Amino acid sequence: MVAGFRRARKGGVAVTFGADDERWLRHVLGEMLELLEPPDGADSVGGAEDPLAAAVGIGTSTTAPEDPALARLFPDGYTEDPEASADFRRHTEPGLRAAKRAALQTALSTLSSDPVVLDEEEAESWLRALNDTRLVLGERLGVTEELDELLDSLAAGDPEDPRLAMFWVYDRLTYLEESLVQALSGGS
Amino acid sequence: MSVAPVEVEQADTEAVVVPDKPWVTIVWNDPVNLMSYVAFVFQKHFGYPKEKADKLMMDVHQKGKAVVSNGSREEMERDVEAMHGYGLWATLQHDT
Repeated sequence: MVAGFRRARKGGVAVTFGADDERWLRHVLGEMLELLEPPDGADSVGGAEDPLAAAVGIGTSTTAPEDPALARLFPDGYTEDPEASADFRRHTEPGLRAAKRAALQTALSTLSSDPVVLDEEEAESWLRALNDTRLVLGERLGVTEELDELLDSLAAGDPEDPRLAMFWVYDRLTYLEESLVQALSGGS
Repeated sequence: MSVAPVEVEQADTEAVVVPDKPWVTIVWNDPVNLMSYVAFVFQKHFGYPKEKADKLMMDVHQKGKAVVSNGSREEMERDVEAMHGYGLWATLQHDT
């Protein structure tokens, strides 16, 4: 059973993962990296990214991703102004995607140490990576404010339902993230 | 938001909107983001003291949304982008 993050003696935060923890974390963080791979032009205007625009971090996507999990990671910037949302998205989505990928890569590259000791910057990358992963799993699981009801319905259903394993991962990530927030907030 | 380990005393919402800064950033409630995390982000990004960050977080949780900053349109676009970077659901709009 994975233990939570704690304040490290010499500054930063620390956590000790067992081999099992490391395995499932590596798997789920790797899947997130795949999910966040840059679009290959399929959803861009004119069929291909504009190389000049790409060079300065401007994308060509103007509408929210079709995958609801990706749409949750890259929401519209305006509620009632599709044109402004499209403009906002072109200017922010490529940079946000790169930052989310970088946070996941930091988490993956520090995962194997025993114990894992993180400075404040690495810890914030972990925080973002854990949170983004929970957002995606939450969307896939259909998480609502009534988490117990979801758990009850899963427990009463097919024991082979893949969402059971997904829920377990979601729950462990919640515990890890909560412990990391507390450690970064100066708690133990 | 999920998990409610904190109890925060409720006070009336302060007016954070001033006439020459007519754009606002709104953070919306969602069932996944942790309450502790949302308050942490408000402290970290906006530099708000813990009490103010906790109060805004509770507003989001209980009222469904909260105005978390105001300023020029460009400033609010930067705040919304930062919130999206943290995984919070945020939008900006002209305050009417």
